[in-house]
Amino acid sequence: MNRSRTNLAVGFFVALGMAAVVFMALKVGNLASFDSSEGYRLEARFDNIGGLKVRAPVKSAGVIVGRVEGIYLDGETYEGVVQIRIRPSYHFSNDTIASILTSGLLGEQYVSLEAGGDPQHLVDGARITKTQSAMVLEKLIAQFLYNKASEDSGERK
Amino acid sequence: MTRVLDFIERLGASTTGALERLGLLARFLINLLGVILPMFKRVDLHIQQIYFAGVRSLAITIVSGLFVGMVLAVQGYEVLQRFGSVESLGSLVALSLVRELGPVVAALLFAGRAGSAITAEIGLMVATEQLAAMDMMAVNPMARVIAPRFMASMISLPILAMIFSTAGIVGAYMVGVELIGIDSGAFWSQMQSSVDFRMDVLNGLYKAIVFGIAVGLLSVFEGYYAAPTAEGVSSATTRTVVISSLTVLILDFVLTVLMFRGLN
Repeated sequence: MNRSRTNLAVGFFVALGMAAVVFMALKVGNLASFDSSEGYRLEARFDNIGGLKVRAPVKSAGVIVGRVEGIYLDGETYEGVVQIRIRPSYHFSNDTIASILTSGLLGEQYVSLEAGGDPQHLVDGARITKTQSAMVLEKLIAQFLYNKASEDSGERK
Repeated sequence: MTRVLDFIERLGASTTGALERLGLLARFLINLLGVILPMFKRVDLHIQQIYFAGVRSLAITIVSGLFVGMVLAVQGYEVLQRFGSVESLGSLVALSLVRELGPVVAALLFAGRAGSAITAEIGLMVATEQLAAMDMMAVNPMARVIAPRFMASMISLPILAMIFSTAGIVGAYMVGVELIGIDSGAFWSQMQSSVDFRMDVLNGLYKAIVFGIAVGLLSVFEGYYAAPTAEGVSSATTRTVVISSLTVLILDFVLTVLMFRGLN
């Protein structure tokens, strides 16, 4: 095999590898969609964050508008603090309500933002004051059983 | 009593033997590192070796990738349909291929296909005293023979791993979407929402580079220190495949723990 044929084969091989990486980046990994380092940060405090994880999506009206960047516990108020990063093209009013919801019955949890009517926008570093905690299944069941029990005892009287 | 002592003696001998081999490997690596950079100017030698190690492994890699992807699709569908979430097949296949199977299986195939060939070639060169002859002609065999083969395996394996993963995803697409009939939009969008380029694809690539270094180093090392007999070359070749495969699997565990520890 002469040298130029070898070079050609190796060049083809390397090009194929590069094409595979591009395929991974665009078709499989969706690199172009959202760069996590841009956008502005907001903070929301919840009594209970349930099973929310870092990098979970932040949605408004079902559209992904950002990602969860960090989660930690405030040692004084014992609230879970969720830091989220919103894409720069989206703006939310000051009275936006943040709630933690579950996609589907067993799906992953995400932060949902519902914009209010305040003309002032949330700026970088702002805190969302109106929040709704995650539903914890055990608590729901306990509440349901408690209500059921009190109904039953009410009927008996 | 003597039997116990015998046993302990053999244990000690095998331990010191293993340690000696490890020390030899370390010294070999240091010698090799010294000649890699100056040698890299000889691009033609490297291209020749990439051709033998990488390009000639292309067919086996693509075919294995296709079939691994197809099997993953069939098996994954079998399990996922019980939970009514066959749409997640795309993300299941892509994550397992990109994170684990791509680098690992490509490395195992590479060790069997190219690593064994490198060891046998160098071993035979040692047995027929070609390396000694080179040394006599003031050509450093470490630089002329060993370094290009090592670099070729370090460069080829990441490329092969990426091609393997891509072929696997295409195979899974063929079986999952074309044959079984999962919605093609859901297949790709589930895949895109769960695979992260930096976290998954790049980490897979880093793994493949580390495996390439490990397999390449073990192949040239075993060949270089092969006993200069027919039997010595054959046992060196076997050792290359066995030790490379084990090293790849162990390294894979260590790297996975290091890379994905902070994920959740």
